[in-house]
Amino acid sequence: MSETTTAPQGTTTNGREPAAVATPRAPLRWEYSPAPESTDHVRLRERYGLFIDGEFVEPAGGAYAPTINPATEEPLAEVAQAGADDVARAVAAARAAQPAWAALPGLERGKYIFRIARLIQERARELAIVETLDGGKPIKESRDVDIPLAAAHFFYYAGWADKLAYALPGDGVVTPRGVVGQVIPWNFPLLMAAWKLAPALATGNTAVLKPADTTPLTALLLAEILQEAELPAGVVNILPGDGSAGAALVRAEGIDKVAFTGSTAVGRDIQTALAGKDIGLTLELGGKSANIVFEDAALDQAVEGIVQGIFFNQGHVCCAGSRLLVQESVAEQMIERLWTRMQALRIGDPLDKNTDVGAINSAAQLARIGELVGAGVAEGAGLRQVSCALPDRGYWFAPALFTEASPAHRISREEIFGPVLAVTTFRTHAEAIEKANNSPYGLAAGIWTDKGSKAFEVAAQLQAGVVWQNTYNHFDPTAAFGGFKESGFGREGGAAGLRPYVRQGA
Amino acid sequence: MSDVRVAIAKTYKLYIGGAFVRSESGRHDVVDDGVNVPRGSRKDVRDAVKAARNAQAGWAKKTAYNRGQILYRAAEALESRAGEFGGDVGEAVDALVHYAGWTDKLGAVLGTINPVAAPFLSMSTPEPTGVVAVLCGPDDALASLVSAIAAPLAVGNTVVVALPERTPLPGLDLGEVLGVSDIPGGVVNLLSGRTAELVPALAAHRDVNAIIDATGDPALAVDIDRFAAETLKRTIRGEHSSLQRLEALTELRTVWHPIGA
Repeated sequence: MSETTTAPQGTTTNGREPAAVATPRAPLRWEYSPAPESTDHVRLRERYGLFIDGEFVEPAGGAYAPTINPATEEPLAEVAQAGADDVARAVAAARAAQPAWAALPGLERGKYIFRIARLIQERARELAIVETLDGGKPIKESRDVDIPLAAAHFFYYAGWADKLAYALPGDGVVTPRGVVGQVIPWNFPLLMAAWKLAPALATGNTAVLKPADTTPLTALLLAEILQEAELPAGVVNILPGDGSAGAALVRAEGIDKVAFTGSTAVGRDIQTALAGKDIGLTLELGGKSANIVFEDAALDQAVEGIVQGIFFNQGHVCCAGSRLLVQESVAEQMIERLWTRMQALRIGDPLDKNTDVGAINSAAQLARIGELVGAGVAEGAGLRQVSCALPDRGYWFAPALFTEASPAHRISREEIFGPVLAVTTFRTHAEAIEKANNSPYGLAAGIWTDKGSKAFEVAAQLQAGVVWQNTYNHFDPTAAFGGFKESGFGREGGAAGLRPYVRQGA
Repeated sequence: MSDVRVAIAKTYKLYIGGAFVRSESGRHDVVDDGVNVPRGSRKDVRDAVKAARNAQAGWAKKTAYNRGQILYRAAEALESRAGEFGGDVGEAVDALVHYAGWTDKLGAVLGTINPVAAPFLSMSTPEPTGVVAVLCGPDDALASLVSAIAAPLAVGNTVVVALPERTPLPGLDLGEVLGVSDIPGGVVNLLSGRTAELVPALAAHRDVNAIIDATGDPALAVDIDRFAAETLKRTIRGEHSSLQRLEALTELRTVWHPIGA
């Protein structure tokens, strides 16, 4: 475990006053013994094929690529790389399976989905460890957030399968789209697979899912779970591969609906590719979400929320609270409290149960973060970065914040997708709202205030699909999630999450 | 005294930001065997989108009850001026009445209280998407036009309309009805002109959030979608029930608020 020891004189790293018995001005050091999660429980195969028509198969082109642990740069397994021929084969399998799947009584279809939820719960520890190994996120997050929420999503949508007539306003006649193509990102690999597959299956669609190239493993373990659940062959097909496989999938002949979570640039590319076609499209894209702290907020609580908002999952979160807007009257003390708290973050081995901030997902993402932080410095914002020992190997970026981040700076406009916070101040409510909305994105926002009436007044004026009041980064399968403006369109979660997967008569 | 009276012709104008204006381009087209109408330009499109954007927050902030009353008053105004539209405005008036009644119902139909597994009040409510471009079909009747305007308005959006190229007069006349209704200036903006000039400018405008494409032209649809993709605009085309249309013109916003002492 790395530990920071750069706390200001007279302040402990956990932000409390020094105990009376301690030598004045000597900071207490909170060393944590290593508490690594054991990986004995995990047995990864050396090689994973593509999952098509219920079986693991060789890719047509014979290509395999290693997936590595970003915390060590060690390979974890060889994973097949899907090509265009494989996409066609998977779509054909999904097409063949679709009529029978849609014809199953809703309750029976739901029971398969319930089985998947249960099997995820049963294999939760294994899935959490693999998620952390493959993606670099702290084990406490994969264990307490990713995997339980993935199971919850399947459990939630399983229950809709025999109630679709009540889920959607209309005449009650609900027809599945058919075959859906789904492309998911690397930041919440299994959870995003669940967000995509659960509503698609509940509504009688069959699916071809492409996991991200840096994090394919939990999707492939999910394929094993689908086999164990005896899900009919072809209902779900999983094609690991790089961006070219995703591009082929969303353009494939025979796809009736496309769902994508990822960058705004790729989302725009997909929307362009589908121009003029009657193919359903939902896009869950980037964000530059504002976390707004008013002067009457409980400041220590807000500090925790800010940390949760931007350093959760190394900031690899589309709805990360990456722009902090602080009311001017409390800005100075707020930033100092936040800086003190940041220095107590534990950065390092993702498998350690004490770790707060794990490894950056890939070398490419680390380079992207570095480039934008460099731009922030060059443009004149004030950089503060936690100083701590980082492991020799792997991809690491110590948590950072920028003060005096102007709305015109790239760090205030572009999604960094890393543990980097841009801080700016405001004086009035109107200014806070204007600054928060001054972004092409519109995914999420946070509001910190002691007054409920103010929180709802401000929330109503924010162009954001999710607004967290006195909290941040909470998710639930029952609650719709999705963006305004260039953060994409369509919703996932709740009854609204079913709509993109069905056709209804006018 | 003579009993001869010379009739005066009506000068048709664009309706932008609550004002009746000539096209900044100074150009005109002739429709209906001799009626001059302004040929709107790309600059007129920009002015109209700006007016729609400026009006949007205020329109959305009105209570749903108030928006409903304003749309109903527009129905009353249209009915009373049926003569100007050749008498047959029943379907268009009914569309306004229908959507006037939706304003304060949509939240109950599309909104949810989310039973989240944590101590929070979580609720999702339909909110306006923003500025909506309405691209009329070449032969759109008044009723289709009114429906395409009333739906976005009902949920708090503002609109910029590219009227049918060859038959813009009912739309321009509608502007004169709306201009004396209680609909605030800028909430509805009406442009006559060439489809080939107005539609790409509207579809590509970066401050338009959604497009109702009623052009019925498959080749144009490809262009519209490509322009739309630049800023991830929502595009809506095809047959929809009124509720489906309203849903497509709203964004669900989920708000989380802690529960606890």
